[in-house]
Amino acid sequence: MIFLAPATLGFVVFYIWPTLRGAYLSFTEYSLLQPPRFNGLQNYERMVQDSFFWNALVVTVEYVVINIGLQTVLAVLIAMLMYRLTKSITVRAVILLPYLIANVVVALVWYWMLDFQVGIVNQGLELIGIDPVAFFGDSHWAIPTVAGINIWRHMGYTALLVFAGLQMIPSYVYEAAEVDGSSEMQTFWRITLPLLRPVLVMVLVVTMIGSFQVFDTIAVTTQGGPINATRVIYFYIYERAFTRFDFGYASAMAMVLFVILAIVSLLQLRLLRAKESDLA
Amino acid sequence: MNISRRTLLKGTLAGLAASAVAGCNNGAASRGSGEVIYWLWDSAQLPMYTECAKVFQQENPQYSVKIEQYGWNDYWNKLVTGFISGTAPDVFTSHSAKYPLFADKGQVLALDEFVERDGVDLSIYQQGLADRWIGADGKRYGLPKDFDTEVYFYNSALTEAAGISTEQLNSMTWNPRDGGTFEQIVARLTVDAKGRRGDQPGFDKNNIKVYGLGYGDAGGADGQTSWSWYAASNGWKYSEGEPWGTKFFYDDPKFTETIAWWRGLITKGYMPTYAQAKSGVDVTTSFGAGKYAITPNGSWMLETYAGLKQVKTKLARLPQGPIGKRVSMMNGLADTIWADTTRRDAAWAWVKFLGSKTAQDIVAKAGVVFPAVSASLPLAKAAFEADGWDVTPFLEPVEAGDVFAYPANPNAADVTAVMVPAMDAVMSFEKEPSSLAEANEDVNQILAAAS
Repeated sequence: MIFLAPATLGFVVFYIWPTLRGAYLSFTEYSLLQPPRFNGLQNYERMVQDSFFWNALVVTVEYVVINIGLQTVLAVLIAMLMYRLTKSITVRAVILLPYLIANVVVALVWYWMLDFQVGIVNQGLELIGIDPVAFFGDSHWAIPTVAGINIWRHMGYTALLVFAGLQMIPSYVYEAAEVDGSSEMQTFWRITLPLLRPVLVMVLVVTMIGSFQVFDTIAVTTQGGPINATRVIYFYIYERAFTRFDFGYASAMAMVLFVILAIVSLLQLRLLRAKESDLA
Repeated sequence: MNISRRTLLKGTLAGLAASAVAGCNNGAASRGSGEVIYWLWDSAQLPMYTECAKVFQQENPQYSVKIEQYGWNDYWNKLVTGFISGTAPDVFTSHSAKYPLFADKGQVLALDEFVERDGVDLSIYQQGLADRWIGADGKRYGLPKDFDTEVYFYNSALTEAAGISTEQLNSMTWNPRDGGTFEQIVARLTVDAKGRRGDQPGFDKNNIKVYGLGYGDAGGADGQTSWSWYAASNGWKYSEGEPWGTKFFYDDPKFTETIAWWRGLITKGYMPTYAQAKSGVDVTTSFGAGKYAITPNGSWMLETYAGLKQVKTKLARLPQGPIGKRVSMMNGLADTIWADTTRRDAAWAWVKFLGSKTAQDIVAKAGVVFPAVSASLPLAKAAFEADGWDVTPFLEPVEAGDVFAYPANPNAADVTAVMVPAMDAVMSFEKEPSSLAEANEDVNQILAAAS
């Protein structure tokens, strides 16, 4: 018990208590600078009417779909390459490198590189005869750009998780497949992927929760713009709470996000049968 | 050493608890009753304020000042959490966009009593500056420390290449129909990929090498460095009862025609599209790379422009508008006292000192900002001149009294949340300028709900 105490203390002080308090504040009008005042379900009613909230949800989902979709495919690809071609520690370290750089630094460096007028990426595009792209300024490009930056940062880390999963697949199944004359692609679809499923589900759940909470990249680059194209739910919650002092409403949105994440995670775990492995 | 884990844990916890308690209330227990904590956000001004603190301490040995500096974004977040947790600084630099809310929520101390008691002479400040710090409730919340106005920063190599003289640049006129001589100059300064200028035949507006005019953003609710002087010189006012607007006029034709003309420069190819302008680090970086000939900006940016080594930057007056004047927004900062400070007298002594000529002379000499005390201004002018800036264009509207105030408002954050996306949508041609009438309705609803 004594060994659990530090962790429990941290969990209660930094997770349980803030969550409970957030739940309470979501039923109040709280301007931060004055004591909270109970107002029942008003915040939730407001949310239904708030077009910014719905826009934020749509934008966030768009981000998650691009981010998680591409990132997972790329991560599995990288992991497969590593698994089949090299087990070098150096390669693994290099692949993990972007993940070791702080989010804000990554975002700022990309912000500079993708500058419309002076950024190196657009200069390069012009060299090969492509018109420069307003990556952060064009409302159609903004979310894919932010998603792309975060894919770049996280895919190595995700790949390592998948790679660990690959190593857990016993080699005898591959040997059997080889004996049966299975092609590389067949082996991948029929053996690797199904046996990787429990690990993939875990990776999907964890990365998706993280993806829904995208904030720092947007806070240092577009700040919700152009217009409302990148006003993701976390950024909107932050704006409401800390620049508009509408803490009660922000808490209510945070509670809704919490419920959404819980449902999404549960669905994933259920639908993808995370508990059972096909090895059994 | 024979300490059990349990004892160690207890000790650590006790230590944590003790430091947590000590951390509360600004460390009030641990610091002397005469020590004032002072916050500012501009790192460029830190040395001057450190010197001010020294002089202040010599004059008032019973008091001392501890200065802390945080960047603009951190500053306001930390300040608000400080208000809530009771750890805010005793005195802090404040901004017109922020203090009305703080005053509304009772977080800053009204200074009327102190000002009256000590007979502070408010006429030493630039005209109108001291009154900016009288809140919507009629109470005074700060003593002004500096002020800022806007001008055009231009790349003199580009204007010379275009054959445009300094006189031409300083005598521009503007109107919302054809943009006046200002638009002619901007057109001339725009160069396409083949070297043709905006006023020459064959000009290709889709392939621009240098834009005549740059802009940082769509301006949001205030347009301080983007459209405020056009609209104001077109006879427009932000609101009824400036600066404490109760009803805003973003639906006024004088405003919408100004914005329609302004975004028209994008269609003509003289200004980058909104997506391009926003898809960059900032307007000064692009200006520094020689992509813009003219960029409007505020006086607080002088040092940033001085740091752009690839271009030679000079200053030009704003254009004369339909009302026959050149007008600029005049905004400024002030020092305010936190309402819950336990050191009122020390805090007031420091604020009073910072508002005095002695302190503002020290700040002025560094040549970073314009001091609020009129008599300190020549020192600042000399310092800017030594750095190669002729700052006359900034000061002319102030001397002539042709200035207007920042649209202060306790609901500024909510108004901004409506106006920024609304202006963005207009500038990116997703909505017409007439759509600002809807935004204006939303703004007025916010104000009506709050009052």
